[in-house]
Amino acid sequence: MSNSAPLKMALVGNPNSGKSSLFNALTGLNQKVGNFPGVTVDKKTGSFSIEGGRKVELLDLPGTYSLYPKSEDERVVINVLLDPANKDYPDLIVVVVDASNLKRNLLIFTEVLDLGIPTVLALNMMDEVEKDGVELDINHLKQEFGVEVVPVSAREGTGIDELKTIIAKSHSVVKVNTYSIPEETKPMLGKVKEFTGDEKDYVALQVLHQSEHLGFLTEDQKQELSRLKKEIDFDSNLIQVAETLDRYQSISQVLLHAFKRTKPKTTNEFTSKLDQILTHKIWGLPIFFAILFVIFQGIFSWATYPMDWIDWGVTEFSGMVKNLLPAGWFNDLLTDGVIAGIGGVVIFIPQIAILFAFIAIMEETGYMARVSYISDRLSRVFGLNGKSIVPLVSSVACAVPAIMSARNIDNWKDRLITIFVSPFISCSARIPVYTLLIAVAIPEKYYFGVLNLQGMVMFGLYFLGLLAALFTALALKFILKTSERSYFVMELPVYRMPRWGNVFQTILSKVKTFVFEAGKVIMIISVLLWFLASFGQGSSYESKKEELQTAFDSGYMNHEEYSMMLSSAKLEDSYAGKFGKLIEPAIKPLGFDWRIGIALVTSFAAREVFVGTMATIYSVGDDADEATLKERLKGVKNRTTGEPMFTLAVSLSLVVFYVFAMQCMSTLAVVRRETKGWKWPILQTVYMTGLAYISSLLIYQFFK
Amino acid sequence: MTRATKTLADLKLGESATIDHLTNEPVSLKLMEMGCIPGVEIQYTGSAPFGDPIKIMVDNEYILSLRKAEAKNIWLKED
Repeated sequence: MSNSAPLKMALVGNPNSGKSSLFNALTGLNQKVGNFPGVTVDKKTGSFSIEGGRKVELLDLPGTYSLYPKSEDERVVINVLLDPANKDYPDLIVVVVDASNLKRNLLIFTEVLDLGIPTVLALNMMDEVEKDGVELDINHLKQEFGVEVVPVSAREGTGIDELKTIIAKSHSVVKVNTYSIPEETKPMLGKVKEFTGDEKDYVALQVLHQSEHLGFLTEDQKQELSRLKKEIDFDSNLIQVAETLDRYQSISQVLLHAFKRTKPKTTNEFTSKLDQILTHKIWGLPIFFAILFVIFQGIFSWATYPMDWIDWGVTEFSGMVKNLLPAGWFNDLLTDGVIAGIGGVVIFIPQIAILFAFIAIMEETGYMARVSYISDRLSRVFGLNGKSIVPLVSSVACAVPAIMSARNIDNWKDRLITIFVSPFISCSARIPVYTLLIAVAIPEKYYFGVLNLQGMVMFGLYFLGLLAALFTALALKFILKTSERSYFVMELPVYRMPRWGNVFQTILSKVKTFVFEAGKVIMIISVLLWFLASFGQGSSYESKKEELQTAFDSGYMNHEEYSMMLSSAKLEDSYAGKFGKLIEPAIKPLGFDWRIGIALVTSFAAREVFVGTMATIYSVGDDADEATLKERLKGVKNRTTGEPMFTLAVSLSLVVFYVFAMQCMSTLAVVRRETKGWKWPILQTVYMTGLAYISSLLIYQFFK
Repeated sequence: MTRATKTLADLKLGESATIDHLTNEPVSLKLMEMGCIPGVEIQYTGSAPFGDPIKIMVDNEYILSLRKAEAKNIWLKED
């Protein structure tokens, strides 16, 4: 055996079996998150060394109860394990089972065993089970299943070295066939084997069951298999039920000998006590809302400090580069395009990190499953699902990771509705826009000494977004047709202390997802917008420039004023400015002029670009703080009427436009990937922006 | 042999019963994979705000939550 080739190993197991903990215990910090080709399911890989210095590349497959997956993320498992040509196809599988719940956990183990890939069984949480008075005959398990069995405690870190030693041994495929293939399916398996080139019966049967979901089959092959299945009335559900019962039967047989309980099973007192409070019929939901409130407070107050530092750092760095390099278009591209783009991405990391820290803690402790449980009924009114809550809450930070987290919703319709309405929830990129416009339009008034009018309007905007999300979900519930029945079956794991390593890993992986998924698009658009805003000037700019030059030379304005006016004039006559003017007739009824038009266009990279664009258009200069910009905007006059431009009507119209409009390319890119096509992102853009247009129109015409 | 006449949805809070069979629905497969198989004892231990979904203790080992509509697929043995 060559020592140089790394051993490819995959982790398989039930959700809550301690699979991620084992993954972390094995790999430590040698982890990375990527994507499986074609789907946006996070692909967690890591590596470690075993005896003899051989490297093991470990793949953490999504948690699943069986090899017949129901949701998008679980389908990754079969797409890897049923396809020997897949580059992630493992040399060795470690199935992690929760020893306190052995029977159910062994179901997927026996399924995996029949795939004919060398397998090791890791009995997690053995320490706790033994304390509970359970005796497990490990040798009997080894004999019956013909594989190595290793007790581990991923939380305590015990048994990890033994597991590594076992992994280092050479493994051969065992022939146990825990399940006998039904006779009536056998004639068809030959056809499947022809397609896959894999000779194993059980693999062929799996492929037959799940042909529609397997990415490695061609469309023709899928159709051929569907036709064959129809021909012999292949009742996939019935056969799977029979298989499942059959497997449970043989597992029970094995456990009858291997499993002994020396004292009666005790229920987890702590969990049932806590559940009485947290899932209380009346108090359960208020408690959840209170927790949400604390989380949002945390995001908005704590994140301010790191965000200010990042803002300061990016501005300083940009200024440094600007001074260091010779002036010219390359300098501008680097500072105003690339660095500004990176800054626009990095600024959101603190909020995303804090939000996902909370979400990870809620997941780790077992509370998140309860949240889905207590909110399912209410969510269902709006065509959503208890599992929609995580994506909707995540959307407060950023819709991109939120939409990705919707893939654990098994039902396609529920999932689609969740994806569709998530961008309505006000994300962190809207905050700077809201803050600026509220400051301009709403007076700083207090009611009863504490209620701040501006704060209330801010709250109102968030509420408006939520309302739009719920209303849209409700409408989609009736519009979308599906034959698939929505269901909700979920395990409520026992409450545990969070494992901080896992929390940290989640934060890391979510931030990475955001930076690489959203960041990529924001960067590209940012550079593109820089180009549109910097070039295209014609003769009118030249004459304006001369005019300004004369005014400067004769001392009418200082250098600062001159350069601000110049960049404003430059923007006005650029491609972006021309485009703003082009769309002006369309946005005039909303109370917007071409300058706001430019800001709307540039907001497509990321909404917060609005503030910077406004600063440039109204010649406030790059490093002006918000207060300066606010004063400046208040002073802007409407050129035709001479009245202030940013009246209450215009500001409200504009801010509501930002609440509703789909102005985020990264979100669209993710929605396209998640829904596998352009249909939904296009519908989303048309619907959201249409709603924004109509709402702004009504508001402006009403308040005007 | 007595046929099962009531389902999980008919249980009262705190009551236990043994699963007899499940109706032939796709969701039943999911329930089985999660441990609701004939012969297993389940206990109705609570319900969420607005009375749905409910939660059950399976095999005295772990808690599952499911909607009442799904609970109707789980038929129970008569005592």
